[in-house]
Amino acid sequence: MLRVFTAALAIAAGIFVLLGYFYPEQLESLRLILVDWAIIIAGIAILVGIFNLAVVQMGKFSTRQKGGMYGLLLVISLFATFAAGVILGPENLYMRLAVDAVIVPVEASLMAILAVTLIYASIRLLRRRVDVVSVLFLVVALIFLFLVMPTPIGPIPGDRAMLDFLGMFSRGGARGLLIGIALGTLLTGLRVLFGVDRPYGGN
Amino acid sequence: MLAQGLLILAAVLFLGFTFLRRRSPASFRSIEAYERLNRSVGLAVEDGTRLHISLGRGNLFTARGGSALAGLAMLRRLAERTSVSDRPPVVTSGDASLAILSQDTLQSGYRAAGAEEQYRFSTGRLTGLTPFSYAAGAIPTIHDEHVSTNIILGDLGAESALLAEASDRENANLIAASDNLSAQSIFYASSQEPLIGEELFAAGAYVGAGTAHEASLNVQDILRWLIILGIIVGIVLKIVETLGALI
Repeated sequence: MLRVFTAALAIAAGIFVLLGYFYPEQLESLRLILVDWAIIIAGIAILVGIFNLAVVQMGKFSTRQKGGMYGLLLVISLFATFAAGVILGPENLYMRLAVDAVIVPVEASLMAILAVTLIYASIRLLRRRVDVVSVLFLVVALIFLFLVMPTPIGPIPGDRAMLDFLGMFSRGGARGLLIGIALGTLLTGLRVLFGVDRPYGGN
Repeated sequence: MLAQGLLILAAVLFLGFTFLRRRSPASFRSIEAYERLNRSVGLAVEDGTRLHISLGRGNLFTARGGSALAGLAMLRRLAERTSVSDRPPVVTSGDASLAILSQDTLQSGYRAAGAEEQYRFSTGRLTGLTPFSYAAGAIPTIHDEHVSTNIILGDLGAESALLAEASDRENANLIAASDNLSAQSIFYASSQEPLIGEELFAAGAYVGAGTAHEASLNVQDILRWLIILGIIVGIVLKIVETLGALI
């Protein structure tokens, strides 16, 4: 019974939010109230998610799984930073230092690894799949890189014209993909609105 | 007006095709990645390995939420099929709401298979709230938890390369699709059978999630043809207008 009720509630909320876009004069205020409630729930969901993250990592540590020590370190850092943030406030010098000296460099180093990973993946592409499309994919990627990279002699003659010409094809392709994705999103939304897909535990 | 018309048309077609598909199941073209996925699910259950399903970090309050919902629909079916496995599938996501929904979906799948007692909430995980922290949190799952197949379906960016690389290092199968163009190009280079564009939204239909998913594909095809027709008519009208101005 509860599952039917939650499904009906979710579907009704979805329909009102959707209608609110089409009939703003009549339903705008109701739509905003529903969206505000959803944002509050999403805020609480972040706390639940962080609790879940801590429980999973502590579970790894307590069952002596591989990387369990890192999990413990993560949980200690998480709660220490959270406590410091609550006591000192997010604008405090030490809190900003934690972001600037720890989080930003760590993410930047992952970005550096990403660059190497992407080059490696490109090299392995031809080992994985040798066909016309893969070769074309790599050749176009190399041409684009060549045209946009800085050179010691300055801009390559005709680079803008070449970029515009090639960009015509890539923009067309990208728009085609995005139209397909938009249609897929539309139908996925309709399935949720009709109650066919119920990711909120109603199935 | 056009948006309302499109929505109503899509809804009517969807209901019509869902009714039709209940009477006569559809037959779709073969997509190698989904065939590999169906094989991998069976093999994972048999050899006691695990599926890792990454739903990305699609925020449900944005248009990116569509791919996350498509991933959840597939997850529901996979959870049902793998509920008897010694090692249950692990789901990672980079958005808190999505992580909670993944737990709910897993539980629904186990319940439908009559194995709700097997469900553990720790199998639906939030691994990070920023793109790279999400990837950094998901990579140990790929390396350390006997994963034989990684299914990455959702909204991801360039960080998806790190997940694909981790999967490759473990010699695990990789089935990956995203609504993000950067991630699509990365998956094209990293996976054996890439899924491009709207093929992401076909996941439910190809894992047997029901007639509504098959009907969705039919409606997508019809709408796509209508858009193609609209583009062609637009081109012809533009040419006629230009020629008219010249004459």
